[in-house]
Amino acid sequence: MTIKEIQDQIIEDFSMFDDWMDRYAMLIEMGKECPIIDEQYRNDQYLINGCQSRVWLHAELKDGKVYYTADSDAVITKGIIYLLIKVFSGQTPQDILSADLSFLDEIGLKEHLSPTRSNGLLSMLKQMLLYAEAFSI
Amino acid sequence: MDINTLRQQFPVLDQQVYGKPLVYLDNAATTQKPLCVIERERDYYLHENCNIHRGVHYLSQMATEAYEHARRTVARFINAKETHEIVFTRGTTESLNLLATSLGTENGKRKTENGKLSVFRSPFSVLITAMEHHSNLVPWQQMVQLYGGKLLVAPMDDNGVLDLQAYEDLLKQGPQIVAMAHVSNTLGTVNPVKEMIRLAHQYGAITVVDGAQSIAHLPIDVQDLDCDFFVFSGHKMYAPMGIGGLYGKTELLEQMPPYQFGGEMVDTVSFEKTTFNKLPFKFEAGTPNVGAALGLETAIQFLEHLDRKAVEEHENQLVKTTMEKLSAIEGMRFIGKAPEHSGLVSFIIDGIHPYDLGTIIDKMGVAVRTGHHCAEPVMTRFGIPGTVRASFALYNTLEEVEVLVKAVERAANMLR
Repeated sequence: MTIKEIQDQIIEDFSMFDDWMDRYAMLIEMGKECPIIDEQYRNDQYLINGCQSRVWLHAELKDGKVYYTADSDAVITKGIIYLLIKVFSGQTPQDILSADLSFLDEIGLKEHLSPTRSNGLLSMLKQMLLYAEAFSI
Repeated sequence: MDINTLRQQFPVLDQQVYGKPLVYLDNAATTQKPLCVIERERDYYLHENCNIHRGVHYLSQMATEAYEHARRTVARFINAKETHEIVFTRGTTESLNLLATSLGTENGKRKTENGKLSVFRSPFSVLITAMEHHSNLVPWQQMVQLYGGKLLVAPMDDNGVLDLQAYEDLLKQGPQIVAMAHVSNTLGTVNPVKEMIRLAHQYGAITVVDGAQSIAHLPIDVQDLDCDFFVFSGHKMYAPMGIGGLYGKTELLEQMPPYQFGGEMVDTVSFEKTTFNKLPFKFEAGTPNVGAALGLETAIQFLEHLDRKAVEEHENQLVKTTMEKLSAIEGMRFIGKAPEHSGLVSFIIDGIHPYDLGTIIDKMGVAVRTGHHCAEPVMTRFGIPGTVRASFALYNTLEEVEVLVKAVERAANMLR
């Protein structure tokens, strides 16, 4: 699936719920499915330090496509990481770099990517794009 | 004391967030402002605005008199001996930076004059407690690093109670300055500052009390405490942001060099030499926040019109009830269980990240603070990433405590 198709799928999944609690419940469940970073990378070198929660991120290039793994100590943060990984993993660096991320806005989770939120997510997103950038050279 | 009538003084509380009535429990970060304070600052800009201590004209003289009246009110409120012992600052953080810089400058000056490290005696060190806010830690840490000194830290126990014996043992190492939180912003612990000051003086140290979290909740009498310095923020006691105070004993303030230079703080200036203004003006460089200072005065008058004993009892009741009700939740762990406790409840729930909990209860209209509360070493001490902190003000109600407890229960069930 293309990035756009995956995003549309996520928007559709979230649109089933009117209530914010159900959305968060789904996000928390998703966090549990997040492809967890290999123990060897779960160290300071791969740590993105937010003020409120911590995020570890790793990426590798296989057959021209980027695969991300990650973890966080907070489950809501982890749920959003999972969404981003779902969208980006298995895509080419070029597609990742040109992706539109407005889907987060559409599912009402954009606030989590605000620079003032200090949960490490915005930095993680930048780091994901940096990996793609590095792999595209 | 009728809380509902009182709440009408705070229009900001009467609103909905995410379709739910706002329950504001982040008062340790900043309190809301009563109408009288908002109107006082507005009135100043409508009718009185002028730069002070300069003009011979009517408006300037009125503004100067109002500003100096506010200073007298602050002095009376904390029972300073002299009005000139009150220096207006932007708040606690600036007051502490002023102290660390000015006392440090003196230290540094002697260093070049005598080739010695210490103005008082060598080796140079500052003693703080393990529960300080970063604002009462980093300025001292930077100061001792600059002058090759040492930061000493008095430990606390698992309940967040300061180890007084260890504190006294550290005093024997001869710190020149002892800086202590009156009330911990993370744990709610009320430190026995009067006893701590008495001990520190026995060992010849200068004492600094960080009153940021005590000023709104406890009566302050700096002469009774006998502290050398007391610092506080206006915005944590129903006054506007951008105003706060530094109290210092006259003899110490007199000896200290200015902190910032510029207008207002000078006596005479030539290209060769400047002499400085007298107290308290030598520490107030530049145009001060006059409107906020007048707001602070009104906030003090607002507090003084209330039965402060009743306010204290009401706030203690909120803390007590919150802890009782929250303790029924599985995995609840309070961070800060000192018997002497004021203003707030800090907690975590086993297996649940504070950020997740805060995010969910925010959606239910409950405003609390999550994270390390600018006191990272406290989190390290307890081995946790942060806490959820509910902090109270005089306008909070037992009904709001109920909402908080229900919200935490619901969030915990979702997150487990």
